[in-house]
Amino acid sequence: MTFSPGLEERFQKLLNSYPPGRQRSAVVPMLLYAQDELGAVTQELVEEVARRCGVTPLQVDEVIGYYSMLHRKPLGKYHVQVCTNIACQAVGGEELYSHASRTLKLGNKEVSRDGLISLEEVECIGACSWAPAIQVNYDFHHFVTPERFDQLMAALRDGTYGRKAS
Amino acid sequence: MADPVNFTIDGRQVQASPGTLLINAAKQAGIEIPAFCYYDGLSLQAACRMCLVEVEKTPKLQVACTLPVAEGMVVHTDSAQVRQARKGTLEFLLTNHPLDCPVCDKGGECELQDMVFRYGAGESRFVEAKIHVDEKQWSPIVFYDAPRCILCYRCVRICGEGLGVNALGIGNRGAVSEIVPNRGDHLECDECGACIDICPVGALTSGTYRYKTRPWEMEHVGTICTHCSNGCKTTLGVRNGHIIRANNRDRSGLNGEFLCVKGRYAFDFNEHPERLTAPLVRATNGELRPVSWAQALATVAKKFTELRARNGKFAVLGSNHTTNEENYLLQKFARQVLRTSNIDHHRTGDVATLMDALHDRQNALATTSDLYNSKAALVIGSDLAQEQPFIAFQLRANWRHHKAHVYAVTPGPVREDNYATTLNAEPGREFEALESLREKLAAEPELIIVFGAAIKGQAVARLVEFGDSLNIPVKYVCLVDYSNSRGASDMGVVPGLLPGYHSVQDAGLEPGLNYDQILAATDLDAVWVVGTNPVARQPIAATNAFVLVQDLFLTETARRADVVLPAASAYEKNGTVTNVCGDVQKLSRGPKTMGAKSDLEIIALLAKEMREDLRATSPEAVFQEIRKSVRGYDVPFAVVETGGAAHTVPLNGRVAFESEPEAIRSAGNTLFTSGTLGRFSKMLNAVIESPGALYEDPHKRSFVRPGSVQVETVTQEK
Amino acid sequence: MRYNEPSPLEQMVISYRFDLPNSTSIDTYLANDGYVAIQKAIGLTPEAIIDELKASSLRGRGGAGFPTGMKWSFVPRNTGKPSYVICNSDESEPGTCKDRLLMENDPHQLIEGMLIAGWTIKSNKGYVVIRGEYRYLIEIVDRAIAEAYARGYLGKNILGSGWDFDLYTHSGAGAYECGEETALLESLEGKRGVPRLKPPFPAVVGAFQSPTILNNTETLSSIPVILRKGGAWYAELGLPKNGGTRLMCVSGHVNKPGVYELPMGFPLMRLINEVCGGMRNGKKLKAVIPGGSSSPVLKAEECDIPLDYDSLAKAKTMAGSGGLVVLDEDTDIVAVALRTIKFYAHESCGWCIPCREGTAWLKKIIGRFHDGGGQQSDIDLIAELANNMLGRTFCPLGDAAAMPTAAFVAKFRDEFESRLNHSRTAQAVPELAIV
Repeated sequence: MTFSPGLEERFQKLLNSYPPGRQRSAVVPMLLYAQDELGAVTQELVEEVARRCGVTPLQVDEVIGYYSMLHRKPLGKYHVQVCTNIACQAVGGEELYSHASRTLKLGNKEVSRDGLISLEEVECIGACSWAPAIQVNYDFHHFVTPERFDQLMAALRDGTYGRKAS
Repeated sequence: MADPVNFTIDGRQVQASPGTLLINAAKQAGIEIPAFCYYDGLSLQAACRMCLVEVEKTPKLQVACTLPVAEGMVVHTDSAQVRQARKGTLEFLLTNHPLDCPVCDKGGECELQDMVFRYGAGESRFVEAKIHVDEKQWSPIVFYDAPRCILCYRCVRICGEGLGVNALGIGNRGAVSEIVPNRGDHLECDECGACIDICPVGALTSGTYRYKTRPWEMEHVGTICTHCSNGCKTTLGVRNGHIIRANNRDRSGLNGEFLCVKGRYAFDFNEHPERLTAPLVRATNGELRPVSWAQALATVAKKFTELRARNGKFAVLGSNHTTNEENYLLQKFARQVLRTSNIDHHRTGDVATLMDALHDRQNALATTSDLYNSKAALVIGSDLAQEQPFIAFQLRANWRHHKAHVYAVTPGPVREDNYATTLNAEPGREFEALESLREKLAAEPELIIVFGAAIKGQAVARLVEFGDSLNIPVKYVCLVDYSNSRGASDMGVVPGLLPGYHSVQDAGLEPGLNYDQILAATDLDAVWVVGTNPVARQPIAATNAFVLVQDLFLTETARRADVVLPAASAYEKNGTVTNVCGDVQKLSRGPKTMGAKSDLEIIALLAKEMREDLRATSPEAVFQEIRKSVRGYDVPFAVVETGGAAHTVPLNGRVAFESEPEAIRSAGNTLFTSGTLGRFSKMLNAVIESPGALYEDPHKRSFVRPGSVQVETVTQEK
Repeated sequence: MRYNEPSPLEQMVISYRFDLPNSTSIDTYLANDGYVAIQKAIGLTPEAIIDELKASSLRGRGGAGFPTGMKWSFVPRNTGKPSYVICNSDESEPGTCKDRLLMENDPHQLIEGMLIAGWTIKSNKGYVVIRGEYRYLIEIVDRAIAEAYARGYLGKNILGSGWDFDLYTHSGAGAYECGEETALLESLEGKRGVPRLKPPFPAVVGAFQSPTILNNTETLSSIPVILRKGGAWYAELGLPKNGGTRLMCVSGHVNKPGVYELPMGFPLMRLINEVCGGMRNGKKLKAVIPGGSSSPVLKAEECDIPLDYDSLAKAKTMAGSGGLVVLDEDTDIVAVALRTIKFYAHESCGWCIPCREGTAWLKKIIGRFHDGGGQQSDIDLIAELANNMLGRTFCPLGDAAAMPTAAFVAKFRDEFESRLNHSRTAQAVPELAIV
């Protein structure tokens, strides 16, 4: 199995970063980076990561089950993660999630039919002082009101969404 | 030894050696500290939190399974706080655990049930919905019911640490964590079932046993597994004369809790519908017809008497599954009554040559427990995990627990590669590999050399010379393949040797024909085959010979017979067997198949029918005769009688004997085959047929492969 | 960048470069005291560096508040084995968002802190373990590492000392438990983030079974200034045994939530009223969660308290990770308690029984209670179950779940009881997905 040249380079760097014989260390980051490129952790990827890191596929399976960012089903092109943990909750995070769910017509971890957007209620993402916060893929958005949320979603749909951290 | 540590537990002053874990120190003092995840011999988890105890001067309750005792420590295992903690932990455990003990397969022998009975609360305060996950089947043998799982990780550890298979892992996290198999939805493993037996609750259940009975309805009969030569004790659960399961949960016997797939599940041949239940005699129309025992015995006695009267030529093929007593009596019958030296069995290792090579040594034969205690071991020409599973387990445990150094010289990859110093050597080039290990081996304080059938004849003596040249104490194990191969050899079911490796010439006899020669001889008048199936490999050349067969099934050989006598299986009789290391253990009768008789009884009845006096004929009496007359078998009677293993050392002077290396062939059994017996085990066959069940390390090719010396595909011995 | 306006009351010791243009670049760093401390450190013995740290009374900023100098002194040196420096940047304690800023705005300060740690124990390798969600920070830190290599602050023969040090980033993938230091090491080794049995402690047997310095991002970021200005100077900033400043992350119902660098022992009420501009919409203060969601809640009347480890411990809560959630009079404590326990149930690794089953059960009871299905007996049951977890779990996550839960019930029992009485009229709660 081959990945994009950029990712291959990243993997090489990763594998070289651990002490000799400790290539197993690369399992978690390798899965996450590969998932970003493939959209999900496939069985083929499991076998590939196992091979490259010198572990059994079972040892990779164990890791996938443990880490909440790793998933076997593809998510949307834009994965919208709404934090509802206490700091966000205090300033409307739960209401924001409900708003998102209602307007996107998506439940937790559901993907829109066109594959564009998926929604997830997530645990604290480390934006507590600038709550309520969401992440679209890896981009942070702070102080997100329902109106702001709607604008963001519109931007995702019409392709004007750019990389920005508020 | 360091000075013992003094500490106080529940008001009692006790001692323990330094480093002893509190949970074990308490046990030594007769105080039970309950635990689920703690398991003797496996790595520490501290996960179940059942063993929390109060240790004075520490603010929090302490985990007894990871805390070494310390001088002056004051421990309370039954304080109000400790009792409350146990109750709390059990209450947590029961939240998601189904409370359907009446229909749970584990009911009656469930550790959780017992714990709640002893330490738990009488009422349940959990009124929420339980997490439900459907039960899964991972192989013909292994079923997993996640809601019942308490996540003690014993299964994961016994599979990984104990067996070295690593087929089980942990999936998900938090309250929905569960055990997962190595191939997504199914297992690819040894199918040994150790995970099932070690499971304290009803989470892992076996395809052979589940929902067949309640544990208290069974009688538990401790006996010895009849498959390979390792001599594991297996406890048969017998109900109404039927074996329902086999395990070794009491960890008694030389194998502790170890059993492989054959020991746990391949007892089902015993109830195969094709078991013979009546003697068969060939009628004039050529068919084998059922007759009474009296008729059958009379037919054989008449034929044998007639042939003997006219100096007919007899040959006897013994078994490597029958008991020492049966082997002893069979050779006695052959030599005394039939006056023939044409007697042999399928020899799977060159034991006699080893006895000769070691004739003047003290302590040169390793016991099964030596394999666990020796500082170093060397394996030559065997894929232990496939062929000698308990020896593989034992060496691995020695490495895990005692950091023993293990070396292996094998033609291909073996499981020992994961922890041992291993070298690959083509068959016949083992000694070159040994030379390259010489320096390392000579630096060991002691060594056990375990060798397979690749080392035979001259090579055995050469190996002992190599051992001598290391100038360290060396013990040997000559690997053999079936449950009493060693006993057949020791009891003189060999053409040139009487019991105890005396030459037949000592008794004024000449060595007779060997196994292959018997099959090839065209001039035999009678061939008596006991518990072996040579015709699967090669027909009996003496087409006119009268053939008597004693067996459980109508084997290829039995089909050729003139008289077939239905034999009892090893599980259906008393007696003794000798394992690969020479440890003698007792068989105890569990079930009974109507119509079948033990080979011992058959031999004795035949002697009576021929009006011959073999003197002792009961298993007990024959064993006493063996103890008295067979060199090395004067073992302590009480040890054997009480279910222990007594080591035999049949070494005493040179063995005047021609080795006949060409007559020595490994059976080439894998974990999932067991000669003819294995063919009649539905469970073994199901496991072989199930996807992925044939264990193969993904990174390695299989060791036992057609064409190598280890596999003789033609060999289908019972 | 910053996401909130700084406060004039801040004492910027580790955050003063945040507002500089190109604050992440090595040139900016070098022009502003950068890599001075490592030069100084290279002239010092390990003992001298550790003594300086001890004098600073710097305590771990991750949560446990263990004295950093002491922790470093436990690491055996000259064992012949490799040793490692690990930065715990797996920031995930709810209420906490400071490590993000430190890496986003001043990655070289962290690198320098790790260099000093590496030099002290003569380690040759370090890893910054960053939570998977902080992907953009991995890019920023990687760029900074590359710059440091290019300028000879990382790699071979650093500053002519003959000593080599390599530094790498390592990504997590979503697991709060990996903030626990031994779970972090397991994760670094490619395994499930299940904590290890202690002892041995990571100082002795840490990363790759070797001696290891393992500290929080903020802790390591505080090292350069301590070396530069001296431990005594740093200690003076705070209170006895609570030296220096820390980044306090204020969230909730204040007018100006934000991350502010303040001296240890800064009074909580001044933080709310003066730094954060008081309560939002003129509401009254009801409670403060003072050190991340694991810390037991303080009622308004308990909030007249200095924010340092010892004062908060005395008040039976903790300074924890420095994440303060300020809650006003309208806050539904039952809802906060529910959201808190949902988090811990979601994040429990499942290794030990009391945490795995306890968090799941508490979540169910409090959820039922919250939704109007509660019974009087549930209130005591919640407290009792929390108590059955406390001190009995394998790692601190169990305590982290039990302590706040027990505190919510103990301190706001009336709210739980009134929930019971008004269960039928309880306002509709949004449908929450995390189960």
